[in-house]
Amino acid sequence: MAGLKNRVIAAGLKSYRWLEYRLGLIKPLADEAAHRTPSNSASWMYVFGSAATVLLMLQVVTGILLALVYSPSASEAWGSLQFLNHNIALGWYLRALHGWGSNFMIAIVLIHMVQVFLFGAYKFPRELTWMVGVVLLLLTLGMAFTGQVMRFDGDAYWGLGIGASIASRVPIIGAPLVHLVLGGPIIGAATLSRFFALHVFVIPGLLLAGAGVHIWMTLLHGVSDWPMPGRIVTKSTYEREYQELTAKTGIPFVPDAAWKDAVFAAAILLAVIACAFFFGPFGPSGQPDPTIIQTAPKPDAPFLWIYSVLAFLPPSIETPIILIVPVLAIAGMLLLPLVAGEGERHWSRRPVAVLMVAIIAVSLGIFTRLGTETPWSPVMTAWTSDSVPPKYLLNRSPLERQGALVLQNKQCRNCHSLNGVGGLRGPALDDLASRMTEDQMIRQVLQGGGNMPAYGNALNPAETRALVSFLMTLRGNHLAPAVDASNKLADSSELHLPPVYTLSPVRQKQ
Amino acid sequence: MSELLKHPGESSNDDLSPEGKAAAHSRRTFLFKLSVLLNAAVGTVLAVPIAAYLLAPAMKKSANVGAWLTIGSVNDFPLGETRLVDFQSPVAGLGDGQTGKVACWVRHISAEQFQVFAINCAHLGCPVRWFAQSKLFLCPCHGGAYYEDGSRASGPPLRGLFEYRYKLQGNFLLIHAGDMPTLATQASCKQKPLIEIQPATASDDSIPTRSTEWQG
Repeated sequence: MAGLKNRVIAAGLKSYRWLEYRLGLIKPLADEAAHRTPSNSASWMYVFGSAATVLLMLQVVTGILLALVYSPSASEAWGSLQFLNHNIALGWYLRALHGWGSNFMIAIVLIHMVQVFLFGAYKFPRELTWMVGVVLLLLTLGMAFTGQVMRFDGDAYWGLGIGASIASRVPIIGAPLVHLVLGGPIIGAATLSRFFALHVFVIPGLLLAGAGVHIWMTLLHGVSDWPMPGRIVTKSTYEREYQELTAKTGIPFVPDAAWKDAVFAAAILLAVIACAFFFGPFGPSGQPDPTIIQTAPKPDAPFLWIYSVLAFLPPSIETPIILIVPVLAIAGMLLLPLVAGEGERHWSRRPVAVLMVAIIAVSLGIFTRLGTETPWSPVMTAWTSDSVPPKYLLNRSPLERQGALVLQNKQCRNCHSLNGVGGLRGPALDDLASRMTEDQMIRQVLQGGGNMPAYGNALNPAETRALVSFLMTLRGNHLAPAVDASNKLADSSELHLPPVYTLSPVRQKQ
Repeated sequence: MSELLKHPGESSNDDLSPEGKAAAHSRRTFLFKLSVLLNAAVGTVLAVPIAAYLLAPAMKKSANVGAWLTIGSVNDFPLGETRLVDFQSPVAGLGDGQTGKVACWVRHISAEQFQVFAINCAHLGCPVRWFAQSKLFLCPCHGGAYYEDGSRASGPPLRGLFEYRYKLQGNFLLIHAGDMPTLATQASCKQKPLIEIQPATASDDSIPTRSTEWQG
């Protein structure tokens, strides 16, 4: 029996030698995998890069599997996704894996970037590794956007419209650029085909090549050592210090450090699997039919913050901001290691860096959150579907109740809430009369202003009067009605009477 | 004699170091440089049509895109109302499927006077909806609002709604459609007809007319 075992081992070794003599890759790769790395770099904080790579592999595999069924044609894509969801065994699960894998990949890439930034790992000699990493982040986001287009539903259609509208704001070459993005004069077959080519050929190719270069440079310069306050990076000393540290504390990357990467990668894959299994695939939502206008298009989660920012930019400076700020932001990220390639690495000595991360993270969080709620958008159905709170109708005169009806009919509720129900675009009306006088209300309703359209054309005098008389009853918790002090002063001075300051109701009998 | 004859592959530089040989191989070096030039030339010949192929969609002049098409009879549009109309884009091709459809808002002002608005918001192209009671177009994306004549009312849009050119042929309403309207590829931007507005309160002269743009 022992003889057989020895013979099998000998045969295995012989075939290995045959292969390696001709291939010549196995030993160098094995040696590279076992390269020595400072023991303090074998940390749970250093597992995000490898996890991102594993997710990229998952995306490649699930993407190829989806491409077996998906039809990249404007007239068939939506149907083929339905077919995947409902008719192909486990098609829904593959779509879910790919969709959730995408979200996880963006999250992990961002966490990886924050970790590298806070640990100062982008400093000499790893500047180019960081810059390639920035490109990889942009490519990952590019995959997310083009992937959203692949899910050729209503949101994808209008998302393309938003992209084209942004392209149209580029001076001089706006129109050619729109046609280049869309592949023609309208969003259609050519548009989906070119985004498909980007999503499955161009960007993945760049992403895989870039990840390869990124990993090569990590091997070349070694995994960065754990930063220590006061240990300064200088170009003249860093590499010698790193080599000394590696010589003194070095451990083989495989297996002594890599097991943490492997465990984390497995955990992340399990999380993707769990999300895919329990939450299922993303969409597709409604069909990509531009004549279905009962829709509120919204981008996928990674782009919600941009969608929110676009709601808040003042119209006059929106175009310059859209076109210039991204360029500056990307340039800033790319040039960071060239500007700050030396010096302190530890976060406790880099308060500006920590503050930047905190501010950017909080801002992205807030804008993403706002993007899920879209308080700036009118609630298109509020006027017919939201009820008028009974307390605002109790003991009211017919005219005031008529005003409540006008408020509903004229769709005021789409932007203004009553008792917390309705649109959030304009201020809530519950205590309006304690903030505005009757005259101010009439002016605001008829002329508009601020962010409110003028309703002079949509209201006749009787409707205006009813509406304002209803609004005058909205005084919150019985607050005093608003008083126009300047009006009073002007009136009294004109009549040469001593000014009278009272809090008596200004509701006039008309 | 034979020891002096050289094999075609040998040269007098055989004793030199490889780098020395490379420097000394002047004819081969020249030929290599020539081959690089040759490939640069072939590469250019290859690249120009490829670039032209890639940029072809961008080269089409916007003005030449599109055609006139009938979107309905005048009777389909009650006077004073604004109606949604679907039509097949004249530039839609094979395989565009549902995306080849277009919707527009048609406003019938007076007997022969219309306004045909693109549904695409002038801000970022989302589909605006008409609210007849408040006489506003509202956009679901970022809350852009337009008056019934398409002029900007509030929100982030820079300008009013895009309008299609229209004409009446007999009893039929025709519009000129082509490009998806964006700020750079507008449906049409001819002079807007002046809309008479009724002053809401007779005494108030300070109400500005619609022709002035409201500042947010």
